[in-house]
This record gives sequence, structure tokens and C-alpha cells, in this order.
Amino acid sequence: MSDFDAIVVGSGPGGSAMADVLTAAGWSVVIFEKGRNHLLDLDDPTQLKVDFSNDEIKFMVRHFLGPDPLLEPRTFRRDDTDGDRAFVGDVNNLPTTVGGGGVHADGKLPRFREDDFHLCTSHGPLAGAALADWPLTYDDLEPFYAEAERLVGVAGDAGANPFAAPRSGPYPMPPGAPMYGATLSSAAAERLGYHPYAAPTGANSVPYSGRPACNNCGFCSFYGCPIHAKGDPVAPLQRALLTGRAQLRPEAFVSKINVRNGEATGVEYVDADGTPRTETARHVVLAAGAIETPRLLLLSGVEHPLIGRHLMCHFQTIVMGGLAQRVHPHRGRSVTHVHDDHLVPDAISQRAAVDAGLPWFRGGMVEHCGPAGPIMEAKLYPWGEAHARSMRDSQLRERMWGFTMQGEDMPQPTNRVDLDPSVRDVRGLPVARITYASHPFELAASNHYRARLAAILDEMGAEWTVTTSSPDASFPYGGFISPVPNSKHVMGTTRMGTDPATSVVDAYGRLHDVPNVIVADSSVFVTSSGYGPTLTLVALALRAGRALAG
Amino acid sequence: MAHLFFTDEEYAVVDAACARLIPGAHEAGVADYIDGLLGAFAVNPPRIWAGGPFSGRHGGEARFADFVPLSRLDELAWRTRIEGSLGLPEREFNGPVVGLQSRYREGLTSLGEDFASADADTQDARLHARESFTELLYEHACEGMYGAPEYGGNRELAGWRAVAFEGDVQPRGYTDEEVSQP
Repeated sequence: MSDFDAIVVGSGPGGSAMADVLTAAGWSVVIFEKGRNHLLDLDDPTQLKVDFSNDEIKFMVRHFLGPDPLLEPRTFRRDDTDGDRAFVGDVNNLPTTVGGGGVHADGKLPRFREDDFHLCTSHGPLAGAALADWPLTYDDLEPFYAEAERLVGVAGDAGANPFAAPRSGPYPMPPGAPMYGATLSSAAAERLGYHPYAAPTGANSVPYSGRPACNNCGFCSFYGCPIHAKGDPVAPLQRALLTGRAQLRPEAFVSKINVRNGEATGVEYVDADGTPRTETARHVVLAAGAIETPRLLLLSGVEHPLIGRHLMCHFQTIVMGGLAQRVHPHRGRSVTHVHDDHLVPDAISQRAAVDAGLPWFRGGMVEHCGPAGPIMEAKLYPWGEAHARSMRDSQLRERMWGFTMQGEDMPQPTNRVDLDPSVRDVRGLPVARITYASHPFELAASNHYRARLAAILDEMGAEWTVTTSSPDASFPYGGFISPVPNSKHVMGTTRMGTDPATSVVDAYGRLHDVPNVIVADSSVFVTSSGYGPTLTLVALALRAGRALAG
Repeated sequence: MAHLFFTDEEYAVVDAACARLIPGAHEAGVADYIDGLLGAFAVNPPRIWAGGPFSGRHGGEARFADFVPLSRLDELAWRTRIEGSLGLPEREFNGPVVGLQSRYREGLTSLGEDFASADADTQDARLHARESFTELLYEHACEGMYGAPEYGGNRELAGWRAVAFEGDVQPRGYTDEEVSQP
């Protein structure tokens, strides 16, 4: 007799959405979260906690949202020539805290487009990439996209983006105030024929779901919201807990899924005191993120040759420009405007692809953005007498604006998560090791689009521009830009499909080999698109949960 | 004022060195920020994470000074980072960790006992010669200069005022006009 209908591992957007659907269907659910709870009162989830603040030291320097790389390092190498590892520390870390990645994100929540689900068919295969179509279509997912937007509360302008896939209805809220820099870069982009639009954002532009409207404080990306104007994943967690059928256990680390005769019976976990415990359930839902989910499967001895493979993380092309005027990028929602033009190959990009020896390439959604905090800025300038003048001139913050393109990353079987042979976490368990090297697709696309993005900044009147990317293999390990990718958009490590020989889970996230284990995070993605993964993983979790509980 | 970690002599070296790294660091109390980090466990709750949600500087109740209590694992991580692993097995699961306290003690010694009274050119030359320690000191000096004053630096908001940064603006935030207009 199991204690719960379902165990959910991870309280981020995917796990929370799953808990919401399952509890609404009458299931009993226990959610395990290895991080601390700074989000809501577990006894009265309508009461939200007050630990988040506008504090650059706490969030940008001192790992308040976790993980602490001393306790839970990851390791990284490009390939075997780096030996067992080339770097130990923060690798694609997402927050380990109640609410997971939803807490720190600035909440851009775009949908994918139709062709993202059948890229192999629509655009054609690529040598060296395991490109495949998804086992579902945009139309299959559209109702769940709409539900996810209502659930977390997305502000946006339907019809503003000519590249958007069809929608069954408007966004739940209108967009919030555009940042001044974004008004300038959007106007320049439009003059060059591009189509910037108000970013679909999971921050309230008006009071929504019992939470206030965002007041533009600017401490958004990488910060928890002090007034809880971000809805992801506060709203689904509140709903799940308010049914009385969900428990949330913070500081409880699941170390193993117990599997017997092809069926999961529950999990082993370590509680806040460090005591090992067991919990049983009829189903186990994995929503620990695309690095920790495969790590847990590998720690549990679940075998499938593709677990951990096809790791994808958006290839970030960063193009910044120095401006004569101040554009106060620290005010507003971090990013208010984006454009999707570079997700759609055109004649110019097609020529560049062929020149690079590729049949085609494309980039990703471009965020119009600037740097926000003075501590991060200060560390970029040299020390000495000139420091004070540099900070007053603020060429690298107040007078800087530019773009981050979240470039599509090709799935490659050699890019993978496995267990490091000797580095351990604080509990003595092998940590995730990331082996990752870019495909020519990302490199060629980045090279091409960075020039086009710089041209927009020139049009905007930039006095100079600078471009870089993450990862960048030409930099040494240890810095902000290095061979280790910075992107928090990790995907693909238990890819979905219909054929158990070429995929790990089915179209509803169920492990082919252990069908009462369901993956409800971006591990299931077949391709990475050039859009942030959150809304899509929430929509997939809602769909999987509905299929599970009816 | 009594220091949490440094001796008076060490404090004087840190103070003088930070003043060379960032003009105004002395007036902003940047050395107090570093002393507060290295001596974080001399107070309870440890001075690692300031409280929330508001500082009181732009409305709301002032809560930053109420530091967030640490969990068992938080304390393990921060003691390891600050004090080093000290041969303790629970801190050495991936081998020994050199703590910030030792790096400072060693770095300050290498700058010389007479550092605070040396002339500016000599001070700069010594800082350039100890590149890796100076890099660490500069990271912390930037945090102390431009971080929230509850951590000990940015005294009288000197760091933020110098660059016209409004700092933590909750719960006031910014009006739509302040966001969208020049």
C-alpha cells in the first residue's frame, strides 16, 4: 500500500504544474524539494514569504537561491581530451529553492512555434546532430499553452509578433511598461525591417490571482520577487497546497528512485537533518531539471543508453553597444522587448549557412536588454584612480544596451550528463558531470547573427559595439565567459519519442522502461528551439498530468 | 568600533588597500564590509544574507538588518568558505578548502605591516605585485562599496550616491514613466 498517489521530485515550474493537475484530480501528492522554502507558508499557502529583496549581494554574489557550489558542485569538460573534467563549480545551475527556476527567472514565457515540433521534417537533417521531430504537434499542445498562461499569469500582446503560432485566445494580461532602452532598440530594429514586440512575461501587469502588479523595481532576472508579482510557479503551488491533498517537503533531497520489476515503488531521500528516509507512492514524477533529473535516474540504476544524452542549452550570443545617453537598464522587468526574426531563416542567413558548410541554420529569440547592478558593473572596471570616473560614466551599465540571443542548440549524443567518477556532493553522492561542445550550427549561426544585431545597435546610435557568446571556447575556465555555458535553459536529457530505441520517455513523459515514472521538466525536449523552455515544459507537464489522472 | 575578525593593524591595511582600489572606499566603510564577511559567524544569525522584503529606504518596514537564519547546510557551506575546511571530514568531501580568512591573513601579510603608512605609489606597486590577493580584495571592495549598507559598507549610501543609483527601491518601485522615459 503506497502512502501517496504520486511523489513529485522538484518544486519548480514543471513539478508545481504537475502537482496542481494531480491534486485537482483528487490525487494525494508529496513534493520533495532539496532547497529551502523562501516562497510560501506551508500551513497557509495564501501567505507568501518575505525573504526576497532588492539585494545584489544576496542574490548575485552569495547564492541565496542555491545551489551553493561548495555543497553541490557540478563538473564540466568539452570532451575526452579534457580528461575526467576541466572545471568544478557552477555549471548551468538553476536555483535549488522552493519554486525552482521560476523564482529567479525574469519570466519571459514565450510559446514555441509550429515548426519547432517538426524541425527535422520542415528544415531537414544536419550531419552530427540527432535532429528528430517531436511525438506531438503545436496543435496538440496549444490548449495546454493557453492553460499554462492563465495559470501562472502571462502578460503579452497577441498579434504583435508576426512569427507567433496561432493562439486560441488573448493573453491573460496586457504587457507592462516598456523599458526606455527597449523603446530605442525596438525602433532601430523596426527601421531595419525586424519585428520587435512586447515580450510575453510572467510578471503581473495588473493585479492577478491575488498577487499585485509588478512595480518595475528592476531586481528581476536572478532575483526572487519581494512583492510576488511573478506568478511562476507561485500560483500552481498555492493551488495544489490549498486542496489539502499536497504536502511540500523542503530541504529533502531525493537520492534514489526505488524500482522493482520495472515499476517504481517510491524514493529514498535525505531530510533536513540529514536522516535517510523512504517514501512510497504509486507514481514518481521527476521535475528536477534537465541535469538533476538524469542524474537521479543514473543514481537509481535506471538503465537506458540515452539517459543524459542530447543535453542542449541555448547558445547565447551577446551583443552590447555603448551609448551617449543613459538608458537606466536597472528600471523595469529586465527584458520588455524581444524579436523572433532570427528564428526564421531568410535569404541572407541561408547564404551564410551554405558558406559555413551547413544546409541551414537559425538563431533564437533576441532579448533587448541592458546590465542592471552596480556591483557586477564595478567588477568589470580596473581598480585605481580611474574607477570612480568609470562608475560615474557608467559605460558598462547606464550607457549600455544590447541583445542576448537565445540560440537554438543542436541535440548531439556526445553532449551529455553522466556521474562524475570522483567529485561528490555534500551527501557523498556523485555529482553531475556535463560533457558539452558546440555543434558548427550554433557557432555559424552566432557568427552570422551577431553582425546583424550589431547593425541594429549602430542604427540605434551606439558609439561602439562588442560581441561575445556563452559558451566561448576561446576563453579560459573560471570567468563569466568561458567554455562552460552560462545558459539556464537546459533541455533534452531524457528525450521523448515513440520508439524506445531512440527515446527515453513517451509523448506523455513516461519512461518507456518504467512507465510509472514520469518526467515533467525540459529533460523531455527533443529539440531546443530558440525560446526559453519554461512555458513549454509547463504545458507538457499539464498535458502529462491530465493524461495520468484524467 | 570593534572589529569582528581583523586586528586593528590588519583593518588598517585593508582600509588603506581598498582606498587605493576604489576612491572613496575608506569613507564608505568598505573595510567594515570585508570584516563583516570574514567575521560573519561572530554574530547571530550570521551576517550572510540580509533580510527582506524591504530596507525601509523607499517605504515599508526596515527589515534588511534582520539577517536570514541559516540552515544546517547553509552554515556548513559558509563556514567552509570563510574558515576553510580545517581538516574536518564533513567539509572535505572533495578535499581541503582554503578559507577566506587564511587567504586574507596571508594576503595582508604579503602587503607588509607598514602598508598603511606607505606612500600611494608604494601601495599601488605592492597591490600590483600581489595580483591574486588584490583580485580577491577588489571583488569584495566592489561589493562593500555598492552593496546594501546592512552588510557593513556603502556607509551613508556613499557608493550609491556617487553613481546616482537609487538602490533597493521596493516597495515604491519605479513608475511607468520612470521606466519608459529618458
